[in-house]
Amino acid sequence: MDTLKLPTQKTERSTNGRVPGPHGSDSPPSCASSGAGFSRQAARDPVLETRNLCVTYRGRGTSQPDRQAVKDLTLAVRRGEVFGFLGPNGAGKTTTMNVLLGFINASSGSASLFGTDVREPIARQRIGYLPELTYYYKFLSAEELLRFYARIFKIPRGERSRRIDGVLKLVDLEQARMRQIKTYSKGMQQRVGLAQALINDPELLILDEPTSGLDPIGRMRVREVIQRLKNEGKTVFFSSHELGEVETVCDRVAILHQGELKVEGRVSELARQHQCSLEQLFLKVIGYAARPSN
Amino acid sequence: MNNIFAIAGVVIKELYRRKDFYVLFILTALICLVMASVNFFNDDKIVRYLKEICLLCIWICSLVIAITTTARQIPSERENRTLFPLLAKPLTRTQLLLGKFLGCWLACGLALVCFYTFFGALAASREHHWPLLSYLQAGTLHWVMLGVVIAFALLGSLIFSAPSANTTICFVVVAFILLLGRHLNKVALHLPEPRRSVLYGFYYLIPHLELFDVRDLIIHNWPPIAWTVCGVATLYGLAYAAAFLISACLVFRRKAIN
Repeated sequence: MDTLKLPTQKTERSTNGRVPGPHGSDSPPSCASSGAGFSRQAARDPVLETRNLCVTYRGRGTSQPDRQAVKDLTLAVRRGEVFGFLGPNGAGKTTTMNVLLGFINASSGSASLFGTDVREPIARQRIGYLPELTYYYKFLSAEELLRFYARIFKIPRGERSRRIDGVLKLVDLEQARMRQIKTYSKGMQQRVGLAQALINDPELLILDEPTSGLDPIGRMRVREVIQRLKNEGKTVFFSSHELGEVETVCDRVAILHQGELKVEGRVSELARQHQCSLEQLFLKVIGYAARPSN
Repeated sequence: MNNIFAIAGVVIKELYRRKDFYVLFILTALICLVMASVNFFNDDKIVRYLKEICLLCIWICSLVIAITTTARQIPSERENRTLFPLLAKPLTRTQLLLGKFLGCWLACGLALVCFYTFFGALAASREHHWPLLSYLQAGTLHWVMLGVVIAFALLGSLIFSAPSANTTICFVVVAFILLLGRHLNKVALHLPEPRRSVLYGFYYLIPHLELFDVRDLIIHNWPPIAWTVCGVATLYGLAYAAAFLISACLVFRRKAIN
């Protein structure tokens, strides 16, 4: 597949307390140039952007003080990138995703998808989202669920069946399409989740720990789908604790710790700059020190 | 509207795929059939008592279906986390609420059609008379009343976190209005100021659900009421349902979902 070389673009960023990635972590993404009017300008425009994003959860009374879950987060993910959003539990990854999806409002700062404020429902027209834990209407079959979501995306009636066939084939659920979701295994439910995230042929996929709780085969399938989307030039923004997986599929990563962005950059260049693997860098950033063995 | 109808469709599917409706329908049918098979005191007009009890069963069952179905909609979406992939779509919270309302209301309408058809068949078998217009008016006003109750329960489901608390409060409020609502102004007359004004204010504030109860038309085979009266009552009910829905939308828009 041809690769489009793009000039480096500097974007406004906060560098508070974080290790900068090489080349200001703005190295060009490698994107598929396969048709669809994929222009250089379009590739430079951030698909997902946060500027000085802060989220504070209000405490209850004096015993539970306010908690700042995300602090001054500035990120830009460009078209065609696979972006890994990393951090230990409680780092603020899911909170950031919740802001991006309009579930919660930012305390300050801004977030946009395709240049549209995330609070506008239209901003979600071109995205697919897979939550960490997949729960769908158990009384519906996979086909009914996908038909329902396709209707919300206003996919024309004639097109719906073709899309549903396509995504069910992609996630290997054609045989079980008419069965109610309550009869599915966990892996199958995760694949339904992936199918619903892809039903609108999204330009941006937001995946919250997509391989969480899956067996090795399930993980492999999800990884294959991400790889396939990457090859198709889609933008993928996902959080994961599987650093090996992130290293394999991601173009760029960001590591969040206690709500703050600590590291951001291309995977290969971060490894070269810090002379360590992504896992070692991750542990270093979060200040993990191995206990001496007796 | 497309999104609202899509959500309503899922709510209706949920109702007919769950067992609640079937259990209530079979229970009502059994009570009515047993009552119809017995001829108490060799009274020719016993059919009126039979109709009264059957209609009471239908009212109670319809309220149970309306309140329990509505009260769990949003809390179960949050608890089961189905709300997250749904709101990640280009769907506003207002559309979601309106879809839930429409779905619950239509589902209750379908349940009412089943109940009234069964009741009509049973009554006709004993009376050989079927006043279709009275059934239509009673059914329509009953359905409008359920619309007010559903909108109220939907608002409650956003205020009270536990569906059980919301269900209980809705039942208590609806029972209070149906049983005592019409007497509040008379009670107020005997009270000193300022309690009189407060109670009068309360009397005019609450939705008078008892206005929609025209079971007597069917029980006593009275002639149908004027359609203009029906129309005004429908507008009155829809205005209250709209007020509750607007309040629910305002509450839901401010609510953080996490």
